[in-house]
Amino acid sequence: MQLTLWTYEGPPHVGAMRVVTAMRGVHYVLHAPQGDTYADLLFTMIERRAARPPVTYTTFQARDLGGDTAELFKSAARDAYERFRPQALLVGASCTAELIQDDPGGLARALNLPVPVVAVELPAYQKKENWGAAETFYQLVRAFAKPRTRPAGGRPSCNILGPCALGFRHRDDVREITKLLGALGVDVNVTAPEGAAPADMTRLADADFNVVLYPEIGMQAASWLQRNFQLPYTKTVPIGVGATQDFIAEVAALAGVAVPDSLSAAGSNLPWYSRSVDSTYLTNKRVFIFGDATHVVAAARIASEEMGFEVVGLGTYSREFAREVRDAAKRYGVDALITDDYLDVESRVTELRPELVLGTQMERNIAKRLGIPCAVISAPVHVQDFPARYSPQMGYEGANVLFDSWVHPLMMGLEEHLITMFREDFEFSADAAPSHLGGAVKKLPETILQAANPAKDTERRWSAEAEAELGKIPFFVRGKARRNTESFAQERGLATITIDTLYDAKAHYAR
Amino acid sequence: MSATLQVPTGTGCLDAPVLRERGQREVFCGLTGIVWLHRKIQDAFFLVVGSRTCAHLIQSAAGVMIFAEPRFATAIIDERDLAGLADANDELDRVVAQLLARRPEIKLLFLVGSCPSEVIKLDLSRAAERLSQTHMPDVRVLNYSGSGIETTFTQGEDACLAALVPIMPRIAAGAQPSLLVVGALAEVVEDQFRRMFAAMGIERVSFLPPRRSVDLPGVGPDTVMLLAQPFLADTARALEARGATHLSAPFPLGEEGTTAWLHAAAESFGVPAARFAMATDPSRQRASAALAVAQKKLAGKRIFFFPDSQLELPLARFVSRELGMKLVEVGTPYLHRDHMTPELALLPQSTFLSEGQDVDRQLDRCRAARPDIAVCGLGLANPLEAEGITTKWSIELLFTPIQGYNQASDLAELFARPLLRRTKLAV
Repeated sequence: MQLTLWTYEGPPHVGAMRVVTAMRGVHYVLHAPQGDTYADLLFTMIERRAARPPVTYTTFQARDLGGDTAELFKSAARDAYERFRPQALLVGASCTAELIQDDPGGLARALNLPVPVVAVELPAYQKKENWGAAETFYQLVRAFAKPRTRPAGGRPSCNILGPCALGFRHRDDVREITKLLGALGVDVNVTAPEGAAPADMTRLADADFNVVLYPEIGMQAASWLQRNFQLPYTKTVPIGVGATQDFIAEVAALAGVAVPDSLSAAGSNLPWYSRSVDSTYLTNKRVFIFGDATHVVAAARIASEEMGFEVVGLGTYSREFAREVRDAAKRYGVDALITDDYLDVESRVTELRPELVLGTQMERNIAKRLGIPCAVISAPVHVQDFPARYSPQMGYEGANVLFDSWVHPLMMGLEEHLITMFREDFEFSADAAPSHLGGAVKKLPETILQAANPAKDTERRWSAEAEAELGKIPFFVRGKARRNTESFAQERGLATITIDTLYDAKAHYAR
Repeated sequence: MSATLQVPTGTGCLDAPVLRERGQREVFCGLTGIVWLHRKIQDAFFLVVGSRTCAHLIQSAAGVMIFAEPRFATAIIDERDLAGLADANDELDRVVAQLLARRPEIKLLFLVGSCPSEVIKLDLSRAAERLSQTHMPDVRVLNYSGSGIETTFTQGEDACLAALVPIMPRIAAGAQPSLLVVGALAEVVEDQFRRMFAAMGIERVSFLPPRRSVDLPGVGPDTVMLLAQPFLADTARALEARGATHLSAPFPLGEEGTTAWLHAAAESFGVPAARFAMATDPSRQRASAALAVAQKKLAGKRIFFFPDSQLELPLARFVSRELGMKLVEVGTPYLHRDHMTPELALLPQSTFLSEGQDVDRQLDRCRAARPDIAVCGLGLANPLEAEGITTKWSIELLFTPIQGYNQASDLAELFARPLLRRTKLAV
């Protein structure tokens, strides 16, 4: 049993729903108790989908448990077929139905429906949402993919694998990458799961290679297609300017095409924006990154190589991809945090005191409480993660979006200087937040920071002047300054911290 | 205005046929009640013993994301618990100790049963007893089931309150009569009712659930209870078993419902008609005046209720009698005849009532009827809007203060706003 206050991922059958909801022509019959229909609102409310997910739930109740839940499943499957006439039926069980062991696959096959039945077993007590999405997509690919029928030659062609419902900017990423592939002279054979019908999936092997945009969802299917149909797949996820260039090179090699000049890094504003003098203040901003593995690994590279930040910590809730994240962490000389407990993340953020947090909606919440600027880079998603405007993360336009959305929460260059210089101006609160975000950061952060990191040596006395001087230090580094000064004083056996101690410590710790 | 309720002619809907359906039910399970209960009882914590689905449900239902550390959590059952590798009870004890160490201010802990815990027959009542012994007097541990196999949405509150009844202090026979108002209400509504009862001279009034668990009201043979919510069958039964007398009344929605509800108490406590009128008339007039404005916007509009919270019948009575709306279909997940008799009597005779659900068939009926507004759950709202049917999310009716005189027009506004929005938008 695990105490869970909040969870990054839902159960694996929600992953299966994300796949079928993205697709056309597949209906999912889910053996599940009353109440599990809540999952519909994820799609209709958060993603504002205009149609109900193509899911029929058996919604059994206690009175059914005494009777025949298997019969209930069969009639639900039969009715769902009659009503929705899908090209294929996906069947499975949610956590409770898994316990009653009714075998949805066997039951559905016994109905002899005139369409294929694909059964997915998603162990709800071991696995989670992304795994469920990957497994479901893989099973559907296995069920439908047929050998290549397209003759060799002709324009190079690829599939785009991974985009699905409730994905972080999947809609816009697909558009951006499709455009990029077009500029390379590569056709998109099938995009799946998003928008694909079972009939489209039969044509997967007609492509020359696969583009895996979201390994969490598409990797398992891609490696099966490689093993069985010799379709190579891309390893680079094109998030950031450098990764986009690498991706272009990888695709060009797979497709045997030359890269046109129009696809140089000049296609993004990011390189110049980062070099322009106004961005100098971004140098070595301390950034903490948390999210799904793909977005975290990509964000760390962008943060370090393209924004000039310092990555002080990173981590993921995707245990399946822990190795990739650990490898990335090594490159930045930090320890990866692999956890699905947001309290661990909160304490790591508190301890590291970054100047910027890149995370999920939960890290946004954590950062808000701690008074740290934050940008959201990864699922789990929130209604705000489905902006009305075009806002990809991938490709050159995605890099532009990232530059804006990461810089926007920060204090602007000159503003930061002015606030540091004239901290005592009556309109500058010591806790001033970036002026364009309106309102000051609440007093809360300092108390939380102190509570989370109680000074080990409470007798170490700060003189009133030193305390006041400390107050002039920007709030986001004040905690660190306090800590450093105190340990500096402790090492030297100083009973009282004076202004001189503060500046001696500053000089001592200067990097 | 007369102090007594106008008795409708005829029997309303009491003998009307009810369409009973057993298909897919697009409803929340009882765990959802935790979303409001954990805010209502401020020193209580709700620990769901369940699966990742349970945890995901509550955080999704609770406004999609929780942005403050909530007073609820899930002890997620994992493979080791199921395989018997770990004794589930030892695991639960460990999780509870971990939780209480984190939240030392908690005085009452509910172990909340879920579908998986029910199916694997994890005995949470014994666990609660054991944990109570360990953690008393600091923390009392109770249990109830919010599982979807046993409870629908608001029935979770019923189960929770019913679990509180056995530990309510006993009031011995022969005490002065006291009034117990049952069902979670917004604090502003509670305060209004308290003032209203005081104005009638009813002083001994308490509310279940209380704002703090340590202030749990007493109950005994001289307790009379008014149900503030229509979904409290088990709680009412448990209170009756402890001697309380249930006052049958319509629910306090709208001017008419509120008056009838207050009047039931007044009658029981022998409040003179003049005093009742003095206490209620100004509020009734204010409510009626406010509703007259809303009625102009809503009269004649056709409304369709999908089953959700069991508030559907009282709401239907309010919108039809006080706002002049036409009832297309009134669905309810469960029709509790005893508690609904006063409501049924007030509903128009021809009302189409349905109990239970087969969501696809009900959607067919809704599409065919093209109501002006459909009251439905969050999973159905945007799809119906996309089909051109204006909707009101039913969960908002639980999260908004709607009971009592001063909230009557707010309640009407909840139906008026989506319609107004439709007419405003030119794109």
